[in-house]
Amino acid sequence: MKHYSAFAVAREALRSHTGWERAWRSPEPKKRYDVIIVGAGGHGLATAYYLGKNYGIQNVAIIEKGWLGGGNTGRNTTIIRSNYLQDPSAAIYEKSRSLYEHLSQDLNYNLMFSPRGVIMLAQTHHEVRGYQRTAHANALQGVPTEWIGPQRVKELVPIINLEGPRYPVLGGLWQERGGTARHDAVAWGYARACSAMGMDIIQKCEVTGVRQENGRVTGVDTTKGAIECEKLGIVVAGHSGQLAEMAGFRLPLEAVALQALVSEPIKPCMDVVVMANTVHGYMSQSDKGEMVIGGGTDGFNNYTQRGSFHHIEETVRALVETFPMISRLKMLRQWGGIVDMTGDRSPILSKTPLGNCFINGGWGTGGFKAIPGSGWGMAQLMATGHSPLTEAFSLDRFKEGRFIDESVAAGVAH
Amino acid sequence: MSTRLSKLGRLIDRTKQVSFSFNGTTMRGFAGDTLASALLANDQMMMGRSFKYHRPRGVVASGAEEPNALVGLGEGSRFEPNQRATTTELFEGLSAKSQNHWPNLDFDIGAVNTAFARFLPAGFYYKMFIHPQPFWKHVYEPFIRKSAGLGKAPDAETRDADTYEHFYAFTDVLIIGGGVAGLQAAKAAALTGVKVLLVEQTAHWGGRAPVDGGTIDEGPVDKFVEQIVSELETMDNVTMRLRCMGAGIYDHGYALAYERLTDHAPQVAGPRHRLWRIRAKQIVTATGAIERPLSFAGNDVPGVMLASAMRDYVVNWGVTPGERVVVATNNDDAYRTAITLKNAGVDVLRILDARASGGGALADEVRALGIRVDPGKAIAKVSGGKRVKKVSICNQEGIGGARDEVSCDAVAMSGGWSPVVHLWSHCGGKLIWDDAQAHFRPDPDRPPLGADGAGFVSVAGAANGALALGETLSDANAAGLAAAKAAGGKAKRPKAPLGESAAELPMEPVWLMPANADTPLRVKSWLDFQNDVKVSDVQLAAREGYESVEHTKRYTTLGMATDQGKLSNINGLAILADALNAEIPQVGTTTFRPPYTPISMGAIGGEARGEVFQPIRRTPLHDWHDRNGADWEPVGHWRRPYAYQLPGESVEAAVNREVKNTRENLGLLDASTLGKLIVKGPDAGRFLDMMYTNMMSTLKPGKCRYGLMCSENGFLIDDGVVARIDEDTWLCHTTTGGAERIHAHMEEWLQTEWWDWKVYVANVTEQYAQVAVVGPNARKVLEKLGGMDVSKEALPFMEWRDGQIGGFDCRAYRISFSGELSYEIAVAASRGQAFWDALTEAGKEFGVMPYGTECLHILRAEKGFIMIGDETDGTVIPQDLGLHWALSKKKEDYLGKRAQQRSHMADPDRWKLVGLETVDGSVLPDGAYAVGEGTNANGQRNMIGRVTSTYYSANLDRGIAMGLVKHGPDRMGEVIEIPGTDGKSYKAKIVDPVFFDKDGEKQNV
Ligand SMILES: Cc1cc2nc3c(=O)[nH]c(=O)nc-3n(C[C@H](O)[C@H](O)[C@H](O)COP(=O)(O)OP(=O)(O)OC[C@H]3O[C@@H](n4cnc5c(N)ncnc54)[C@H](O)[C@@H]3O)c2cc1C
Repeated sequence: MKHYSAFAVAREALRSHTGWERAWRSPEPKKRYDVIIVGAGGHGLATAYYLGKNYGIQNVAIIEKGWLGGGNTGRNTTIIRSNYLQDPSAAIYEKSRSLYEHLSQDLNYNLMFSPRGVIMLAQTHHEVRGYQRTAHANALQGVPTEWIGPQRVKELVPIINLEGPRYPVLGGLWQERGGTARHDAVAWGYARACSAMGMDIIQKCEVTGVRQENGRVTGVDTTKGAIECEKLGIVVAGHSGQLAEMAGFRLPLEAVALQALVSEPIKPCMDVVVMANTVHGYMSQSDKGEMVIGGGTDGFNNYTQRGSFHHIEETVRALVETFPMISRLKMLRQWGGIVDMTGDRSPILSKTPLGNCFINGGWGTGGFKAIPGSGWGMAQLMATGHSPLTEAFSLDRFKEGRFIDESVAAGVAH
Repeated sequence: MSTRLSKLGRLIDRTKQVSFSFNGTTMRGFAGDTLASALLANDQMMMGRSFKYHRPRGVVASGAEEPNALVGLGEGSRFEPNQRATTTELFEGLSAKSQNHWPNLDFDIGAVNTAFARFLPAGFYYKMFIHPQPFWKHVYEPFIRKSAGLGKAPDAETRDADTYEHFYAFTDVLIIGGGVAGLQAAKAAALTGVKVLLVEQTAHWGGRAPVDGGTIDEGPVDKFVEQIVSELETMDNVTMRLRCMGAGIYDHGYALAYERLTDHAPQVAGPRHRLWRIRAKQIVTATGAIERPLSFAGNDVPGVMLASAMRDYVVNWGVTPGERVVVATNNDDAYRTAITLKNAGVDVLRILDARASGGGALADEVRALGIRVDPGKAIAKVSGGKRVKKVSICNQEGIGGARDEVSCDAVAMSGGWSPVVHLWSHCGGKLIWDDAQAHFRPDPDRPPLGADGAGFVSVAGAANGALALGETLSDANAAGLAAAKAAGGKAKRPKAPLGESAAELPMEPVWLMPANADTPLRVKSWLDFQNDVKVSDVQLAAREGYESVEHTKRYTTLGMATDQGKLSNINGLAILADALNAEIPQVGTTTFRPPYTPISMGAIGGEARGEVFQPIRRTPLHDWHDRNGADWEPVGHWRRPYAYQLPGESVEAAVNREVKNTRENLGLLDASTLGKLIVKGPDAGRFLDMMYTNMMSTLKPGKCRYGLMCSENGFLIDDGVVARIDEDTWLCHTTTGGAERIHAHMEEWLQTEWWDWKVYVANVTEQYAQVAVVGPNARKVLEKLGGMDVSKEALPFMEWRDGQIGGFDCRAYRISFSGELSYEIAVAASRGQAFWDALTEAGKEFGVMPYGTECLHILRAEKGFIMIGDETDGTVIPQDLGLHWALSKKKEDYLGKRAQQRSHMADPDRWKLVGLETVDGSVLPDGAYAVGEGTNANGQRNMIGRVTSTYYSANLDRGIAMGLVKHGPDRMGEVIEIPGTDGKSYKAKIVDPVFFDKDGEKQNV
């Protein structure tokens, strides 16, 4: 793999950039691999990467039906934070966040991880109490967060309207080392590193069946033929249910559209990421200058990767109240992704009823931030059969009632 | 130079001068000008700077596809960045500023980026700025952020001075685009009698056709347009809107249109934008086609323009972009520009036709006008910095050698036409590649599908690839008729008007000019003018393996600018396909997403701003509370008084006063916000037995029971007192925040699982004003008001009666959430204020005071009563809270019962409800956790419990708290450690959760 650096760019500039290599190879599938990962999204690629890096398992194929990074990894609003409430969540998201800190150097690919800080606004007394609770939990979980008052919020976000007529800003939960990264670069950086380890990323190849013998997985059928494997990792987000069906089990997941939108670019006016959960909207400003906006999921199940306009309207309306100046900006583009939601809104990283077949999914609306940590834990689980990071996220939890409910902080109004 | 001509200008009114300013300089134009045409008339070709290299940018198009001429418009609370000059209608006093430069448009420091361009190829930032790690956030990124962005951010503190509104429209056929195709389609549809809505984004009907020439029914196009518009205007079933853009098409025939009402006339009162939310049975997109630029070196120099745009400026606004023009083309249509220019008195120096065979009839006409046509020739390079100076000419075939030079000040380019397929594609319509015209057009066999599986969008005219006037009209006629029929119209067969235009020879695709341009040329051949993406960038992306069109787009930022690639996409695709040795249709397009052009956030939000953004729900007593010192707390959509402050009193002092007074004398609480659901029907009892963990079917009329409700996962989701009203009617109280949610929950079960049960649920929350009369003097005040017998014997605890109190018809419940003698009395909402007044008046001698939600919370915590949302958070089961007594053992089933039998739910290690008392009497921090020994496998401190409610109790003069603690009830008296985020660690003793009046003596009097 050719090393990326300012020096390399300068050298290439002198020969019109003709010397750059492919970032990843485009191989035909081999007959057999030690491990096959289905889905070249962030989670699939990161799983493969840490299998190779941490466990020396490099005879790996990552099979992708479209283009790598083209699922939710390439459609999300890139918020990275780890101020989750429940212990298992805080553990995996914080592991992830801390991996992000050095990931550009690790992968030799600038992911533009930008710990610009994330504020979750409290706009009701109930939310104030919820976030104070989270701050207490985070302190014990080793996740640095801080409860801040309205004035500090205003200093950090000059464009915010503290005295909205409906929901005044009462403070916020502030994670200084949260932020954003460039989503495509995360997929590309991992893909390049996987390819450099000799792994095969096979794009435009859909997995259509899972082969098994005596309760163990033996390979997959694909649009490019059958491929054998020792172990299989299903990492396909919104399509988890379909793959599980091929493998012969069912998952407690539903697929819904989550939408996002961007404004036209403007000069920098907001440095931090702001989430306003009472009114269902969040916003950050990208390095290009676009205001990146997201909200809640559509209220019905679908697979179309586009959403209804109603949600966009609610989100924008809420954010115009929160940041009045955006009223005169324009929406440039809206899009949607299909997110896989579990009943407790926490992911599944687990063995499955099929031997040697593992699943990583259910990240729902918030799995971009988890990519490195999830890959790390999933690789450990697949390589060794156990990972403290993933243990609580096993499929059994639904049978046992051991939910990891993260919607708690936004519970009910009294 | 660009200048106003003495003739032409079909859209301007030369008798009405308009003055405006650009970057502080006052200029003049005419009514009917766009900002772009007026700037050109003032010889202001350069209108902005590009995004990445800060290159000088001139206007290149004349409509919505413009990527370059973006300005900041207006001032202060009416400032708006990134407005296209080409779609901004001129008005008196308009003030525009160009963008993305410092210190000014002519001299921009950022332009040094051009000098470094070779170091900044596509994706350079992924390869650089990696070390040292902290530098990205602190050094590189801030720099990149500042130089990126386009327009200025609106001022943070001023609120948008304009208003916005939404329209809801229902129509049989929606036609998007008011060119000749849209007009004819509308007419064909309307004649069948169906309802037609026709929208056009510009301020004029007729689209391009009046500029392009030709005849319709043997008359001029303008006349046809005038006639058909006046015909449509007289039809009752037709609604027409100008300045109204079809913005997006969504599932189920839902479409958005964006009407700009006062952008062109800011003095007019009323909303600025109107968002139309349309339900249409059928949609016809008659959105026309957009001309493609040609990719040659220097094609981004100000003065290089689309041939059609140049024609527009001359014909529509009487402005010529230059005095000596060179035309480069691969098709016949661009010859029309040459003819138009020549007839307007502008010098056309050369037509470079990349086709070896040259043009057809139009070429002959051009030659007859004395213009030189060079077949097989191409532009090797345009020279000039802020303005075109000269053109070097070479053969199209080849690498661009052996050049001839022509000095000129403008270049018209045409690479052929691409149908506007955006709206067709938004909702899943598919495209096919048309080899003859080298463009994608809608595939009629794969339209967007409605719920019935049939297509609901069709295409008419140029948008369908029917480019010649005659074809356009007949295609549109057929499309309008077909849409009307599909929408239920009665077939009439309107005849298509006869359109005639000059015959054209086929175009030949030219994706790069010259065909094998060498590297020095390719690094200067722009694809995306705004984002500075060049041919060499796309080729680099392909070389590096970013082969999917989506990868290329994202790696190079091609088509990601504010024009969303309207000019650049197809050219970029073709370059990519060539680099990959693939066919263009194999490479495919990126996804078309709404909106067609950007729409304001204000319009999306609509009317619901400020006070009417989620309007506040008010109880009948709201105004009284407001007048009497209420410190408001938002609860759901309600506002409730947190406490009532006396003059000069702090909120804390008010709470403490209320807490003591209610226990010692008499308190009044506005309990109207509590949810009240009537559940009625022969199966209502059976239904409630499933909804609640308790047995409700056996409750006797006249009696009340405290009920718990769980989700199907077993978690406690709501609680409240249920009263049986009569044989088949129950009234269920819910929490304030729960009313709508629980109503929906009940409906969901009734509609999806037990649809055959005979039960109705009605939410009557707002029908009643409900007042809690609480404290030792509660009975006295009611007796003083007189009426119903409220004695212990006549109205025992947990019963209710209908009757009169103080002359008010009411229902009195003897229930208590405070442990005091307490009645909740419901009167008709309209009588609420009068009843409250009567109570306050009569209560004077008994020490009456109103109390708020915080007092309510403290009183219940003193008694160890749980609060939904405090002790519960969606993960807590009744068993955790010691509420086993409320779980009926007699019932076979209730929602959550089976879930509660799962292994983790029965785990003895679950955290259980206890009381907590700090050793020193202080108040525990809210939301704090209790810690145990050591850490877990992930290095986190082991936690053994948490504080769920914590208050200062004025009655006990100490902090009291409730919490969930592992093995809590077995650990009474133990002291546990609770670290705060304030750096302190608190020590708390585990105690019984009932702190006050443990035997309930005060309540049962
Ligand atoms: C609009 C939006 C905003 C979001 N915002 C945030 C945010 O701000 N912060 C955050 O942390 N998270 C966010 N998320 C969530 C986040 O994007 C996802 O959780 C995360 O990207 C999931 O990554 P993944 O690798 O699991 O899935 P994906 O990236 O979707 O990858 C799955 C891959 O599997 C492939 N696949 C599917 N079926 C098959 C098959 N049969 N054969 C082969 N391949 C197959 C798909 O093509 C896809 O490429 C957001 C999501 C959306 C939609």
